Amino acid sequence: MAEPTVYELSSAGRIGVRFPEPDVPLAKLPAGLERETLPLPELSELDVVRHFTHLSQLNYSIDGGFYPLGSCTMKYNPKINEETARLPGFAFTHPLQPAETVQGNLALMYELQEYLKEISGFAAVSLQPAAGAHGEFTGVMIIKAYHDAMGHTNRTKMLIPDSAHGTNPATSAMRGFEVVGVPSDSRGNVDLTALKALCDDTVAGLMLTNPNTLGLFEEHVVEVLDLIHGCGGLVYGDGANLNALLGIARPGDIGFDVMHFNLHKTFSTPHGGGGPGSGPVGVAAHLVDFLPGPNAAIVEEGTDEEAPLFDLAMPAKSIGRVKSFHGHFGMLVRAFTYISMYGADGMRKIAEHAVLNANYLLAKLRNTYHVPHDRICMHEFVMEGVFEDAPGVHALDIAKRLMDYKFHPPTNYFPLIVHEALMIEPTETENKQTLDAFADALIKIAAEAHTQPELLHEAPHITPIGRLDEVKAAKDLVLCCWYPDQN
Amino acid sequence: MFIPHTDSEREEMLKEIGVSSMAELFNAVPKNFRFPKLNLPPALSEMEVLAELTELASVNESTRELICFLGAGAYNHYIPAAVDAVISRGEFLTAYTPYQPEVSQGTLQAVFEYQSLIALLTGMEVSNASHYDGATAAAEAAVLAYHHFRGKRARIVLSPAVNPQYRAVLRTYMSGYTGLEIVGDEAGSSPFLSVDDLAKLVDMNTSLVMVQYPDFFGRIQDLTAFAQKVHEAGALLAVAINPTALAMLKTPGEFGADIVVGEGQPLGIPLSYGGPYLGLFAAKKELVRKMAGRLVGETQDEKGQRGYVLTLTAREQHIRREKATSNICTNQGLMALASAVYLSLLGKHGLRKVAELCYHKAHYAAEKIGKIPGYELQTSTPFFHEFVVKTPAPVADINLHLLDHGILGGYDLGKDYPGLDNHMLIAVTEMNTREDIDVLCEVLEEFNHG
Repeated sequence: MAEPTVYELSSAGRIGVRFPEPDVPLAKLPAGLERETLPLPELSELDVVRHFTHLSQLNYSIDGGFYPLGSCTMKYNPKINEETARLPGFAFTHPLQPAETVQGNLALMYELQEYLKEISGFAAVSLQPAAGAHGEFTGVMIIKAYHDAMGHTNRTKMLIPDSAHGTNPATSAMRGFEVVGVPSDSRGNVDLTALKALCDDTVAGLMLTNPNTLGLFEEHVVEVLDLIHGCGGLVYGDGANLNALLGIARPGDIGFDVMHFNLHKTFSTPHGGGGPGSGPVGVAAHLVDFLPGPNAAIVEEGTDEEAPLFDLAMPAKSIGRVKSFHGHFGMLVRAFTYISMYGADGMRKIAEHAVLNANYLLAKLRNTYHVPHDRICMHEFVMEGVFEDAPGVHALDIAKRLMDYKFHPPTNYFPLIVHEALMIEPTETENKQTLDAFADALIKIAAEAHTQPELLHEAPHITPIGRLDEVKAAKDLVLCCWYPDQN
Repeated sequence: MFIPHTDSEREEMLKEIGVSSMAELFNAVPKNFRFPKLNLPPALSEMEVLAELTELASVNESTRELICFLGAGAYNHYIPAAVDAVISRGEFLTAYTPYQPEVSQGTLQAVFEYQSLIALLTGMEVSNASHYDGATAAAEAAVLAYHHFRGKRARIVLSPAVNPQYRAVLRTYMSGYTGLEIVGDEAGSSPFLSVDDLAKLVDMNTSLVMVQYPDFFGRIQDLTAFAQKVHEAGALLAVAINPTALAMLKTPGEFGADIVVGEGQPLGIPLSYGGPYLGLFAAKKELVRKMAGRLVGETQDEKGQRGYVLTLTAREQHIRREKATSNICTNQGLMALASAVYLSLLGKHGLRKVAELCYHKAHYAAEKIGKIPGYELQTSTPFFHEFVVKTPAPVADINLHLLDHGILGGYDLGKDYPGLDNHMLIAVTEMNTREDIDVLCEVLEEFNHG
């Protein structure tokens, strides 16, 4: 039985929360501006709690099971993060309070900026962007602002490898850049010959994900960066895969000019069923003045007895504000908590174990599934969800069948350059027993694909609902559960 | 802790992979960049990190200790305990974006209900699954309008009474579109420009007109005639709203707005020093295919059971890449859930009650402050829960004095409007008691007497 909607559960006259009666004289309500009806549901507190508890039980979650989603870094979200973010001193401060009343918040933001600089090797960081795609947007704007300031009016092209996340071309197009694709070579690296041919004075930059979306470290990263810098372009680093690089290599050292972080991937803030994320941006020295703002800064150095005085400051040639206030502060507290618990050695351990887990799964699966770019991977790898001797079985069927084994499916049909892609990222927080069970399930499914393919085609069998009719959803476009004019 | 591997398991795994050490896994990383020494503080245990952060948080003075009259885009409201209880459930908190609908019906139905609640609250036909905050939602309205007219209408008319941060973000977003002009709120224009004067700026080259309701100064006015003028020029009308106010006010939908944007923070989301909040975005159904962001639609499985999926995904970046309506990927899922729980709990009666409490208390405060010698109420038109007061001294000085008495004073409008030095924007919500307001008035009066 499907869970009714809040409107179906509503009962006229029922109250969920009581508020105090007014303790002031009543003012006259604004004539002619009052609304006649307020079409909200009427439920008791228990109705509401039970309804949303039922809904929660229909979800898969990290707390409930393994989530091997490639490019999403679904690591465990420590519970202490939730407690620190809810400390009243953080959770109940207003964003426009005078700086002297929020020195704790500003100190935390300043320290987090410093930590992210240290981890990434960049000269400065802004915590303002709200999510990865928003950080990308910010980064691409910075590239544009840099070329504008230098008078480079002819630099209109953004080069984007064919393995890139879809946000890269979408973001570049939003900023008015012409998107030019760069092919990959047989080892999964950027094709250097093709890249060379594209490098001229019309190039604004290159957006590079490293490790790339095949989970491979770009073997010619230094040459790629040299080529772009050599023709006067800047290199944007998509930080989605930073988990593999913590304490391993710093993008700023390698020569990236600008990069976004995904605090909700690398630094363990929860995904929340699709946000909120947090996408700080780091830049090299020549781009510091273009950062969005305001950002936390020290306005008066501290002494032995006194802490420094912090405030918010706008960079000199800032691209401007990219959101209200100062970023997703609650997410910053969580990420700060996480980094504090790991320290420098811990950072490297995170990356090492994320890479260990991915290579372990790769080793267990490579004899059953075809891995087109088969070499030591970083934090994730991509295999094909298709078998020559079991035609009719697709990556989607394998993904859906995994649900019957109580696993969340891997990312599928991405990256686009691998046929029937299954992209697997285990993260460092999964133990060996879970990885073994997952590999066993995939090996069993491969056998089923040959002997009982219908099991895959009809999967999932044990979920609350079967495969849904997406065409009907797009055709009918029912986007609201109750339309007043229908009643 | 969070890395579960034992030494023997690690050895077994390395053996299975066929390497002899962890370091060998990183041979593809150029040697001169490999394994940098990071300068970070030593790792803390959970006990220590909680102590350190508790200490840091206690340095702040929060609205738990201070009496808060600060609003200007973020509001101090009561959040029923059940909201946090629901959104803290791991099944919601630690779920990914619902790309696999069979194992994500909880999130999908919750978002579908959120869309319904927001559409009905704003009087619009459709709502998306949210944007990052009110400011980015406002910017997305401008992007939508630009594409709606295929870039052929180059003017955006922006009321100076739209939240200054929304206007700043909108400008940042639109700076990549060459030839675009944004008028109405230029430096030097009157902050209190009437909608009649604003309407004079709307021409056949205008794609979008944006006003706020209640506006940044708290004022409310009927926008029906204004909407007509905007539509006569063929432009789209976007209205930035405060969702609490809409519990008692005529909706932008009734005025004929094409797009409604707003900050959803008042709907059960803590102040949290500015985020994460919730960008509301609702529109007429005819604009749905041009909207950015995620949408959840109702459908059925093969057995005819009702279920929900992300729909119209062909607009989105992972399919369309450079032709997408927006690069948006993550939205504010958990915050949208919080507001759906809040709206369900308060419901028809509770939200109206909160709105009326804000309204009556704000009017009590305005009347009382207006009578204090030296302070002048600047808001003569109807207002909701915020109003402007001309002060006898710089707002920062008064606020310092208020702070000494445990009061977080109003917003200094001079920060955004050069002509409005010595003008304070005061917000009153259900959290303020009559006694709080009386204390505010006493301290304001005392300040004036020096």
